[in-house]
Amino acid sequence: MLEIAQVTKAFADGAGVNHTALEQVELSIGEHEIVSLVGTSGCGKSTLLRLVSGLEKPSGGRVLLQGRSVTGPSPAVGMVFQEPRLMPWLIVAENIRLALLDLPRQEQEYRIAEVLEKVGLSGFARALPRQLSGGMAQRVAIARALVRRPSVLLLDEPFSALDSFTRLKLQEHLAELWEQERFTLLLVTHDVEEAVLLSDRVVILRGHPGRVHKILDVELPRPRRRTAAEVQGLKEEIISTLDLS
Amino acid sequence: MTVTSLSQREAALHAPRPFGRLVAPHLSGLRAFLLPLGLLLAWQGLSSAGLFPDYLLPAPAAVYGELATLAAKGELVAHIAITFWRVALGFATGALAATLLGALTGYSRTARDYLDPTLQALKAVPSLAWVPLFILWFGIFETSKIALIAVGVFFPVYLNLMSGIQSTDRKLVEVAQVNNLSRIELIRRILIPATLPSYLTGLRSGLALGWMFVIAAELMGASQGLGFLMVDGQMTGRPAIIIGALLLFAVAGKLSDALIAAVGRSLTAWQDGFASSQERANA
Repeated sequence: MLEIAQVTKAFADGAGVNHTALEQVELSIGEHEIVSLVGTSGCGKSTLLRLVSGLEKPSGGRVLLQGRSVTGPSPAVGMVFQEPRLMPWLIVAENIRLALLDLPRQEQEYRIAEVLEKVGLSGFARALPRQLSGGMAQRVAIARALVRRPSVLLLDEPFSALDSFTRLKLQEHLAELWEQERFTLLLVTHDVEEAVLLSDRVVILRGHPGRVHKILDVELPRPRRRTAAEVQGLKEEIISTLDLS
Repeated sequence: MTVTSLSQREAALHAPRPFGRLVAPHLSGLRAFLLPLGLLLAWQGLSSAGLFPDYLLPAPAAVYGELATLAAKGELVAHIAITFWRVALGFATGALAATLLGALTGYSRTARDYLDPTLQALKAVPSLAWVPLFILWFGIFETSKIALIAVGVFFPVYLNLMSGIQSTDRKLVEVAQVNNLSRIELIRRILIPATLPSYLTGLRSGLALGWMFVIAAELMGASQGLGFLMVDGQMTGRPAIIIGALLLFAVAGKLSDALIAAVGRSLTAWQDGFASSQERANA
């Protein structure tokens, strides 16, 4: 349902010199699939996510969503950034409403209540972002991305800024949300264990400019246990593949 | 870091404000009066002891007496009123022009390219240098004074608004893009609230300059107003009048600034800075 076809992305720096971030990336993602993008920093994995979200346009090649070329952001694609990016002046409900402005008021209210229930923050509709912990704020960001019931959810290192305990909880929570909603999930992460625990496939990007180096299938039944030997084995296999030198 | 459960956090969210927080502002408000009161007492004491010559620095009681005499004749209120009126009109004109232009150059790259260099060059002209031209254009009465005040108010408001809009966090603007916000919604829900703190700073600096320029305007030629009162006190050798007018300026400036600050605080209550951490510690 999501096709990344021969995608190349180059940026011009301040001096007008072109830097290629991604070259000839080819990736096909199926409906309801969970795919992780891993790679060392600078390999272009976040750029790839931004291309799928429509925030950036490819310099070459195409991104196709259900057969249609992605030309800009759309409600069919939800995006969560590394930081929650909540407006500090808006209460939680109003932050979520930002994704719903073109819908009738009644529908907005209904969806806000529904999605807050889903992420377990029903009591916090009227809280300001500064009153939330980091994990709660990121859940609001996930709620804002899910409230349009997107067919694709993009997560850009969503848990990397959280403490490890909160991270584990949110990973489980994300798996539960996926069980309910069955969105297609594209996850950028540098937490290899997270990638193995959550994904159907792990895509390893490597090099400057970044290219798809290897794609690993994770054929383990869900729910997966962090400590399972297969999980640890795959984790080591991926780490050894990453160009860490 | 302490781990708090969701239910604890939720309870804290809905808890009534602690009593201490209701009382604390009044107490800390009173603190502000201690220093001026102490200075006033010391000044009165030293004057009574004959330390200051009367013709240079009269005692506070003498200043009060002089102001009371003026007030009884009804003149003091008229002087204060006209000065306030000039500041208000000049401030409104300058702030309005600055808001329109600052919003335009902050939001639109094209407008900035066309307008900002010229405005920056005009800013380099010391505001008082406009006086001869304004008097030539607008005469020696109200219009030239108000124009001068407006020029003084304009630049801090303009600069703070423009840079406030431009420095809006790109990451928050991206949220608007991802969610396909219209231009109007982007401005209303993101740019305006994000810019408000720096705009308020601009308004407050602008107002301070407004008070500065009203004195300049009134010193240079006026038949009424607090600035005129000072010149009059100088000409007639009455230092009590000059000091009285100075004190009135201090009070008027502080009061008008406190008004903007209070409006600003209620609009930017979401801010989570050092001040709010002190508030929490006091509560």
